[in-house]
Amino acid sequence: MSELTDMHTFSDIEAEIEAEMEADPTTKKLGVFFWICVGWIALNIVLALTANLLPLPNPNLGNYNGPQNAGPGWGHLLGTDDLYRDILSRLIYGSRVSLVVGFFGAAIGMILGGVPAMISAYRRGRIDTALNTGSYVVLAFPALVAVIAIVSFWGHSLWKITLIIGIFGAPLIFRVVRASTLSYATRDFVLAAKSLGASDTRILARELLPNIAPTIVSFSLIAVATIIVLEGTLAFLGLSVQPPTPSWGNMLYEGSTLLSGAKGQTNTWLLIFPAGAMFLLLISLNVIADKLRSYFDVSEIKL
Amino acid sequence: MTDGPLLEVEDLSVSFTTSRGNVRAVQGVSFTLEQGKTLGVVGESGSGKTVLSRAVMGLLPRLSAVQTGSVRYNGTEILNAPNDELRRLWSTHIAMVFQDPMTSLNPVQRIGNQITEPLKIHLKLSKAEAKETALSLLMQVGIPSPIERYEAYPAQLSGGMRQRVMIAIALACAPRLLLADEPTTGLDVTVQAQILDLLSQLQRDRNMAMILVTHDLGVVATRTDEIIVMYAGNVVERAPTTVLFKSMAMPYTEALLNSIPRIANPSHSRLVAIEGRPPDLIHPPAGCPFSPRCPYAQEKCHREKPPLVEAAPGHTYACWYPLTDANRQDRPEKPTAVTA
Repeated sequence: MSELTDMHTFSDIEAEIEAEMEADPTTKKLGVFFWICVGWIALNIVLALTANLLPLPNPNLGNYNGPQNAGPGWGHLLGTDDLYRDILSRLIYGSRVSLVVGFFGAAIGMILGGVPAMISAYRRGRIDTALNTGSYVVLAFPALVAVIAIVSFWGHSLWKITLIIGIFGAPLIFRVVRASTLSYATRDFVLAAKSLGASDTRILARELLPNIAPTIVSFSLIAVATIIVLEGTLAFLGLSVQPPTPSWGNMLYEGSTLLSGAKGQTNTWLLIFPAGAMFLLLISLNVIADKLRSYFDVSEIKL
Repeated sequence: MTDGPLLEVEDLSVSFTTSRGNVRAVQGVSFTLEQGKTLGVVGESGSGKTVLSRAVMGLLPRLSAVQTGSVRYNGTEILNAPNDELRRLWSTHIAMVFQDPMTSLNPVQRIGNQITEPLKIHLKLSKAEAKETALSLLMQVGIPSPIERYEAYPAQLSGGMRQRVMIAIALACAPRLLLADEPTTGLDVTVQAQILDLLSQLQRDRNMAMILVTHDLGVVATRTDEIIVMYAGNVVERAPTTVLFKSMAMPYTEALLNSIPRIANPSHSRLVAIEGRPPDLIHPPAGCPFSPRCPYAQEKCHREKPPLVEAAPGHTYACWYPLTDANRQDRPEKPTAVTA
């Protein structure tokens, strides 16, 4: 999951804009850019959910009377690929794969990694040591290689991939949530709550969770982005959902074969559009994560 | 309720297991506390007073703290009692006001939520009843416009206000024993006096017992019935407040008293500090723990640890050459009367 570090180059540029917008710390605003990004993701999700209802051509079956490898135009807004299929339709249907794997993968990771992390960081002791060591061991493993190995044995259905990626994301989420919980678990207000007779469950849910929620939310969004890239990588290697079902990753692969003209045809658009769609989705996720983090950061240092 | 004292602590010792060895934070502390009385626990940082108060309350981590001896609340042994059992006592019988009001409130929960929480858990009050009680508590602790403060977040209140809120939370379920661990350390001097007066007043109103932990002898001088002075985890002197200030026996108590700046002192006069540092609690010195810093220490002090001896009924001290000993040759002028 080394993609995580690459993601932050986007937020560096963002940080500058943010610094200007946050000159006045008393009135925090999320800003227009944040809402544009939220809108873009919302649009992606709505289109993915309603793809069947939209007047889109069949994504898997080309119209052989239509143009082949067409550029953007009125008949096909984003053009067609080498099999006469509508690229817009394939992009929208393909986004389902990215969104499902991204969001559900992160959710699985959060449940498998985040929940034990909170309990473990609060209770400490041997179980914490064991889980912590375990997470190091799994993280030391090259996740992509492991996922590729498992996928090639177990199969590449959408839900299997989601589950596998979720499981491999869990240790990373475990570490982040554990570290974040640890920084609050030893604070006086937790001890104060305990001294007032609050049960462990109550302390976890009412004292610790609200404090680490901002971290969890923004890190989950970054996890979603990372997982989408990972799924794209798998699809590019032909290890995600199988063609003709579209996914951004396998579209990228198809596009890459048409780039050099080796097949006797060239179609740059088939590479540009899925790459652009993925880029916009990822940058939106990262911007939202970053903005939310600073928005929720009510650290008293600023006051 | 039994007739005995509310709280009996007997030979309480606490040690922490660390990688460097066992830290003996509290060694053989005994005291009793009656309903409605106040006990002052005095000592400098690292003397074990916070550990003592947390051990009494049962708040120390079970994994690292080894606790021996006995703590009886109302006749029931509560030292090393399981958390489920303690949870029934916490808040309704024993409550604690913590040292730093800046960190002991949850930053992301509204004040109102934090006060009503124990009311709902322990007293099973409804939401409306809890809110009513909370507002009256906020009023009792002297918070202006409690209705607005009820909705506020801790960051919107000043340190003094937050400590008042902490006191309101601790008192919510009308405990019979309140432990106040340096309740005014993080506050400025004028607010300190207000908070201490508030605590004393609430204590009188509710006939509550209180353990007031502090490093400042001046704070406990007028607000306690009995004082124990701790040094390096040991009780070095214990006496009723009036007796202690009239005839203190332990040089450490005197040193603590001398280190309080006095208003009568000329301005820019040098602050009196106790030379040196408290001893290493992993390898405590063989003799009297205070001997390396004691201005009156003699050879015997470095060699043998003095036992706690009773000078008068209720007044015990651990010193080979107490200040009260009329035969002392090297005794300097006695400190002037306390103006606390």
